[in-house]
Amino acid sequence: MPDMAQSSDTRARFDWTDPAYLERILKRRRAEFWLKVGGVVSISLALGFLALMVSSLTATGYKAFTQTHVTIEVPISAEHVDEADIFGSKWRVVMKEAVAQMFPDLDKAGLKAAAEILSDGAQYMVRDAVIADPSLIGGVLTIDVPVSDPFDQMNKGLVDRTTAEDKRRVDDAQILAFDSLAAAGRISAPLNWGLLTNADSRFPELAGLKGAFIGTGYLLMVCFAIALPVGIGAAIYLEEFAPRNRMSDFIEVNINNLAAVPSVVFGLLALAVFLNWFGLPRGSPLVGGLTLALISLPTIIIATRAALKAVPPSIREAALGVGASRQQVVFHHVLPLAMPGVMTGTILAMAHAIGETAPLLLIGMNAFMTSAAATPLDSATALPTQIFIWADSPERGFVSRTSAAILVLLTILVMMNGLAIWLRRRFERRW
Amino acid sequence: MTGLAFLILFVATVAGYGLNRRAANGIKAGGGRLHSLTSFHGAYSALLVGIPGIIVILAWLALQPTIVERSVMSALPAGVLDGLDLGQVSLIQAEITSIAGGQVFGTPEPWKLDAAVMLAERSASASLALVVVVALMSAAMVVFARSRVSAAFRARHGVERMLLGLMIFCSTIAIFSTIGIVLSLVFESIKFFALVPMHEFLFGLRWEPQIAIRADQVAGQGAFGVIPVIMGSVLVMLIALTLAVPIGLFAGIYLNEFASSRVRTFVKPTLEILAGVPTIVYGFFAILVVAPNLRALGDILGLGVSPTTALAAGLCMAIMLIPFISSFADDALSAVPRALADGSLALGATRGETMLKILFPAAIPGIVGGILLAVSRAIGETMIVVMAAGIIAKLTINPLDSVTTVTVQIVTLLIGDTEFDNPKTLAAFALGSLLFVITLCINVFALRIVRKYREQYD
Repeated sequence: MPDMAQSSDTRARFDWTDPAYLERILKRRRAEFWLKVGGVVSISLALGFLALMVSSLTATGYKAFTQTHVTIEVPISAEHVDEADIFGSKWRVVMKEAVAQMFPDLDKAGLKAAAEILSDGAQYMVRDAVIADPSLIGGVLTIDVPVSDPFDQMNKGLVDRTTAEDKRRVDDAQILAFDSLAAAGRISAPLNWGLLTNADSRFPELAGLKGAFIGTGYLLMVCFAIALPVGIGAAIYLEEFAPRNRMSDFIEVNINNLAAVPSVVFGLLALAVFLNWFGLPRGSPLVGGLTLALISLPTIIIATRAALKAVPPSIREAALGVGASRQQVVFHHVLPLAMPGVMTGTILAMAHAIGETAPLLLIGMNAFMTSAAATPLDSATALPTQIFIWADSPERGFVSRTSAAILVLLTILVMMNGLAIWLRRRFERRW
Repeated sequence: MTGLAFLILFVATVAGYGLNRRAANGIKAGGGRLHSLTSFHGAYSALLVGIPGIIVILAWLALQPTIVERSVMSALPAGVLDGLDLGQVSLIQAEITSIAGGQVFGTPEPWKLDAAVMLAERSASASLALVVVVALMSAAMVVFARSRVSAAFRARHGVERMLLGLMIFCSTIAIFSTIGIVLSLVFESIKFFALVPMHEFLFGLRWEPQIAIRADQVAGQGAFGVIPVIMGSVLVMLIALTLAVPIGLFAGIYLNEFASSRVRTFVKPTLEILAGVPTIVYGFFAILVVAPNLRALGDILGLGVSPTTALAAGLCMAIMLIPFISSFADDALSAVPRALADGSLALGATRGETMLKILFPAAIPGIVGGILLAVSRAIGETMIVVMAAGIIAKLTINPLDSVTTVTVQIVTLLIGDTEFDNPKTLAAFALGSLLFVITLCINVFALRIVRKYREQYD
């Protein structure tokens, strides 16, 4: 075997210290190094974007979690307030008197300017306090009311006091008046519960997410009530009963394609079919929920099928062996075992559906509503559409409110995802 | 009234279950040998009562308003609708409906008030009829189901047949929604193309749908040319992909081959968070952070940057697409049989060479499929562009300029205005058809590539 001897000779004689060889090795290692650097840089970029997004939203949003309030004493004179006609009483005059009492040394124009410190909703808060306690009529009510948006911004340091007066939304006299209130200890900045408990408003200091919460709640209810049973039914049929024929192939192709159809197209479908054809109420969570159910159905079906597939055949065979029918096998044994996986998939699909905006805009869930929907058939907004409305509003205060609303939405999403992960960890079985 | 119908149905269903089960139990107690378990006898009755009842109620609810309104409109005094077009008739119809609902604006003509009263009466009697029909039908079904109970009756087979039917119905909903999408898009688009010629829509270079609000300017002026809108979509998509594809691929490659398992367990879920963020958040991020900073940067460099730019929208869309592409690349690389990589490593290739020369080429079909899906997502993505790109259509390839996209136009055309007889609204459906066809083609193509490639190694 001369060949082999020769080859082993060459190998033995290979010069591992040959500079050309070392150069080549170095070059190859360098190429690998740069590939790794590219990977690390890309991942850092992606994570950096996430960090930048969350931090910039937090930086602008956290200020909306407090709201500047001012403590005022409101004289409720019986002259202006009539217990019998409380909604027709002269609340504007009452508020005027309260402001005049706070600033005894201001003239009429000055008082008018100073009155702008109070939110427009202050008179309604006073009214509601009097409705709750009619004995206040004739007495003096001490109440915390929100200040209007420009002063809220100023108190939070978002308005630069050194800007020329004509370029600010608050003039010097108003700042003086505000500072005198602050010096008197009347200004406070408590947690802004109104952000969660108020309905929407044109005035940022009064606007809250209550309507959006209720709208999103109804949306999820409708979506869940429809998508879960239909999704499970479809998945069971396709996975356990459907004969392998053209029809079931066609259904499967359909489901896969539906999963990739842009959501705005589902909005068009809802507009044409649910609103125009069936005449369901425009802007209602019922229609929105139906649309979201169609959007999340493919995801739920795919997740359910995966969960059903994960149940080992021995379970089915054992059940069949003791005389269960095929449906009994599925409903008594396979489905209960697959349920954690089904629920995980469903919650993830819901978490995705909760952030869908475009289809909701098309069916009119972006109407300005100052009260929360009472039933799923009323016009309502949802969290994402509320964010869209606020992002479009010109008032300064809505910028931080939008960020705050986004933070609330993201918190809900994280909670839903956490629930899904917990479910998976808690109930998942490895066979 | 509808609530009452549902209540009656519910009670009848429960009663049917109870009755049949008790009857079956009675047979059993009397020494009879039942074919099916007693609960199946109960379920048989419940399904037999419940399913037709639900169908009747839903169909009734869907059809009642239309039928009642039509009967009222046809009973209007002769002559009041003469010379009115379809839009005006539907306005009158809406007015009558709102009067019947108790909202009277101004002083409507007496015949409208009469019609409203008639509408209210007929609606009330229709609702009453629904309750009566449901009650009679439920009772009949309960009695019928009860009469079937006997020792030899195969209740389980009946129940299972009905359940199977229900499940088949559930699985056809996917088909129904596809049909629904296609039909609604096609019908409205046909109406649109009756007003605007198709070649103008497809090849026109001007998109100015707002002009068409005025009736005397409707169509015929080339204001519905879709080219600039499509160009906008393509521009934003290209910007997004040029950024997202390299970053996503590098990230996917690193995670697949080089990352330690600790890095993987941290990075993968974090990237998934990025993928799960609603797109409206990216849109707001674009107007809050990206656009102002781009403008500032443009000012420093002396470039004119408009407030809404294709670049800002593309950038944010890229952030959205990075995790999508990286996870697709990761999956495609993992699907390549390990033997290929092991063989390459055994021959002395470095891991980098194995990745670039063996694994990556083998995974290319899957990765291309993933990128195509990303393209279809970028074109169909709505909220980022609605918030960050403009609404004025401009034929430009300058990324610093404001552009509009197909999805932006659909949303802006349909927000607030839903009269279905003007070309402005219908144009949204024509755009929707276009979007649906484009994304469907890309998706089908991409899914086919992915599947074909997977089969190669399975």
